[in-house]
Amino acid sequence: MTTATTTTAADRIDERTLVIRVRGDVTAASEGPLMAAFSQAGEKTRAIVLDFSGLDYMNSGGIGLLVTLLVRANRQKQKLLACGLNDHYKQIFELTRLDEAIGIHDTEVAALAASKE
Amino acid sequence: MSRDDGNWAKPVKTLDADDRAGAISGNVRGRRLNPANGGFGRLFQKTFQVKLAGASVTPQEVVKTWKSEFASFWPKGQKMFLHATGIAPGEVGIINASIPGAPTMATGVLVIYADDVSFSFMSPEGHPFAGPLTFSAHTDEQGTTVAQVQELTRASDPFWELTMMVPVLGERMQNDIWRLTLRNLADRFNVNGRVESKIVVVDGHWQWRNAKNIWQNAAIRSGLTAPARWLRR
Repeated sequence: MTTATTTTAADRIDERTLVIRVRGDVTAASEGPLMAAFSQAGEKTRAIVLDFSGLDYMNSGGIGLLVTLLVRANRQKQKLLACGLNDHYKQIFELTRLDEAIGIHDTEVAALAASKE
Repeated sequence: MSRDDGNWAKPVKTLDADDRAGAISGNVRGRRLNPANGGFGRLFQKTFQVKLAGASVTPQEVVKTWKSEFASFWPKGQKMFLHATGIAPGEVGIINASIPGAPTMATGVLVIYADDVSFSFMSPEGHPFAGPLTFSAHTDEQGTTVAQVQELTRASDPFWELTMMVPVLGERMQNDIWRLTLRNLADRFNVNGRVESKIVVVDGHWQWRNAKNIWQNAAIRSGLTAPARWLRR
């Protein structure tokens, strides 16, 4: 079986905003840590920023997981944003058209500013 | 440089595909990829697995064979036309699918990802399903190699969603393709495998904003262009 080498940390910025810092690999095996962090978004959370600056590796299973996360966020009327993606991962978001549904920002500051809009 | 750098296709605005001998290559060229959030129907995660019990074969060997002989594992009536290079990131496959009582449907896929234990497709607008489809192999807790097909897809438009809701037909059109594919793959390794299916509704809502996708429906467009193809023969 594949084991996850993903670590996540959820930082609450304010009542309405949660930042999930993702480190390591994002694959289908990352569901546990990623969903555990996501579950810390309370009812009042309106925006979740995924900080990918510690991302080392992502395969198509990881993209599937982000699609699932996006659906869950949308269902709870939460905006999903991403920051810290390098050019390679930005291209993958573009290829899979995830960039049309998840707002991509270079820095956490920019993502947090966009989350208020 | 990331570890997965060579595994991903480069971004494309629209798909490009040359003509392949014997293939109807409509509904691919100039089409954009359609992600799961671009589809109409309920979002399903469907997982099909077959255990290659008794076969002395690694996940890497299974995927290598699967990539090089992909089309041969498809059920009768479904054809995939690939270049000799086979399954590789950025390759476009042309699909000619037979649908009961309808002309052959032409559509395709882009290989978005491939490594030594998995590969993934995304399909263009008009294809029955929107979202990623991943073929992989792994070793389970008992040390048995397992081959798997997993899709995270929505029917791309109301026509396909309704078709999928028709008992027997919808099941046959999609799920049986993967069950038969896995059975054929297992057979290739001399295993009489039983395919296990797990189907989960991830999102039960229809996305009405994407109902307009029906204008690009590959089956309808293939039907409309069929008389012209017959006349050219």
